[in-house]
Amino acid sequence: MKLHEYQSKQIFSKYGIPIPKGRVAASADEARAIAAELGGRVVIKSQVLVGGRGKAGGIRLAKDSHEAEEIATQILAMEIKGLPVRKVLVDEAATINKEIYLGITNDRAARKPVMMASAEGGVEIEEVARKTPEKIIKVHIDPLLGLRDYQARDIAVGIDLPREHWKAFLQVARGLWQAYTESDSTLAEINPLVITSDNRLVALDGKMVLDDNALFRHPELADLRDSDVEAPAEIEARKYGLSFIKLEGNIGCMVNGAGLAMTTMDIIKLFGGEPANFLDIGGGAGAEKVAAALRIILSDPNVKAVLFNVFGGITRCDEVARGILTAMEDVKPSVPMVIRLVGTNAEEARQLLADAKMITAVTLADAARKAVTAAEA
Amino acid sequence: MSILVNKHTRLLVQGITGNEGLFHTQQMAAYGTSVVSGVTPGKGGEWVLDGKVPVFDSVKLAVDATGANTSVIFVPARFSPDAIFEAADAGISLIVCITEGVPVQDMMRVRNYLDQKKVRLVGPNCPGLLTPGEAKVGIIPGDIAIPGNIGVVSRSGTLTYEVLYALKLLDMGVTTCVGIGGDPINGTNFIDCLSMFEGDPQTEKVVMIGEIGGTDEEKAAEFISKNMTKPVVSFIAGLTAPPGKRMGHAGAIVEGGSGLAADKIAALEAVGVRVASHPEEIPNLLT
Repeated sequence: MKLHEYQSKQIFSKYGIPIPKGRVAASADEARAIAAELGGRVVIKSQVLVGGRGKAGGIRLAKDSHEAEEIATQILAMEIKGLPVRKVLVDEAATINKEIYLGITNDRAARKPVMMASAEGGVEIEEVARKTPEKIIKVHIDPLLGLRDYQARDIAVGIDLPREHWKAFLQVARGLWQAYTESDSTLAEINPLVITSDNRLVALDGKMVLDDNALFRHPELADLRDSDVEAPAEIEARKYGLSFIKLEGNIGCMVNGAGLAMTTMDIIKLFGGEPANFLDIGGGAGAEKVAAALRIILSDPNVKAVLFNVFGGITRCDEVARGILTAMEDVKPSVPMVIRLVGTNAEEARQLLADAKMITAVTLADAARKAVTAAEA
Repeated sequence: MSILVNKHTRLLVQGITGNEGLFHTQQMAAYGTSVVSGVTPGKGGEWVLDGKVPVFDSVKLAVDATGANTSVIFVPARFSPDAIFEAADAGISLIVCITEGVPVQDMMRVRNYLDQKKVRLVGPNCPGLLTPGEAKVGIIPGDIAIPGNIGVVSRSGTLTYEVLYALKLLDMGVTTCVGIGGDPINGTNFIDCLSMFEGDPQTEKVVMIGEIGGTDEEKAAEFISKNMTKPVVSFIAGLTAPPGKRMGHAGAIVEGGSGLAADKIAALEAVGVRVASHPEEIPNLLT
């Protein structure tokens, strides 16, 4: 789950990282009031969960509160990469001497968090990473020990940070580590971390991505979710513990297990069809979950056929079958349904579904072919 | 022969009195696995499976009383890291964590702790292991595989069953099937299993099932070219997965140009691994 810039910076601030004075506004009026309070030049920053806000014109400087209102009006009317701007952050404008990049993420290959820094921070950091990877300093952190001060100093040395800033930098690095661990992030990033003209270190922009699996520990953070980035069907799916992603094709898929769900999409394509979605009903799927899944799939008007592919393990086929029956009574689908059930309690499932009018298949390839044919008919 | 689990496995089930734990304990015992004990804190002294399997309050007590050497974990995600630490500290040598949804920072702490000990973790978010005819540790349905000479290692769950089933339909048997799980941080990876299969005299061929995300398949390709004498056949799921989207609970996500199925397939084919276009094609590539 991605957090907005203003939310990330509020968390950073809680852990002692200096951030610019400012507040978030949902209207141009509020933006003007905040700008007046800050007394002068401010930056108006669109709060949307996509990159490239600046290039899209979603981050602009205002010289006074009057101009802040004008610009906020314009930005709040924007859509950036398909996402509506609902809020703007109004920050005091900083005079920047230098831009640094500082971030922590999970290095899955090293199985450790890695702190990364570069003296060449700013919007082109990805370019720096691609063209001159040696300019990015990386330090792996032992998750059992946490970030040690010497590691933060090594980073300061690595990016040629003048000694006068080391103390402040250590505070920022420690704060970022705390923010990352205590929020169960998969990414916590300051870009840029600036040295201002009055020689302070300030986190001008921030980004955090939280681990969805850990949100049970952070109900206050779970509440920050911005549902604009998800399709309504995906939000509905999450309520039932389903993983759903809408795609462009016409064959709806209901599968247990992410790997098998992807494989089912792949094989539909291999046999000339187009999957309408990715849907993993997960382990131990009961009737209610399956019924919800079917409703979600059929809510897509493009769907011309549905393919059920369930290989029972932790999920028991008879439970899935009961869910399908419940859902069919409820939704009364008009599209053909191809079903393949193998594994734990598959025989019971087949008996349960004997009277339902479904096209049955034994192998995966057979199921995919039948679904492709059914969708074309 | 086999790898990791066999007829000498003495299995302990953590979370044995829960719904899934109990159901799969029955399945594992019915398969012939030697299930010697279970653990549910607060339920020590009870028995399950008609009085055949004793329940203990802690892994240490269960190990002391029943000589368990392998543990399988069915406890909810929020308690799983602790269950793994407990098993490791009690001297279990193989821990298999079935649970999905364990927070990734917890797994980094777990993995870095276990690396300091002589203990192997398989999973989390995995279907476990099956050595046909000898032992089933986890949730892989026992009747979809027969004994044979093919080693199977997979990052996926149900997709693994597909492959086992396709092999069985053609009377092709398996030494051991290891589901290593799809999470970004896990206990055992492809290379660990490929290396064990290479050293197992009965395994003659290996099937490796990968999926989008990470670079484990690419690293496995490098390992295969340098260290494997036995033929490896592969399948990679996710050719049609849109980039930047997380495909389910698994760690399957395509991030910024790396981790793509096409790149993994290319890396494997470059070192002579035959990659199937769908799971049911795998048996043909093995003959």
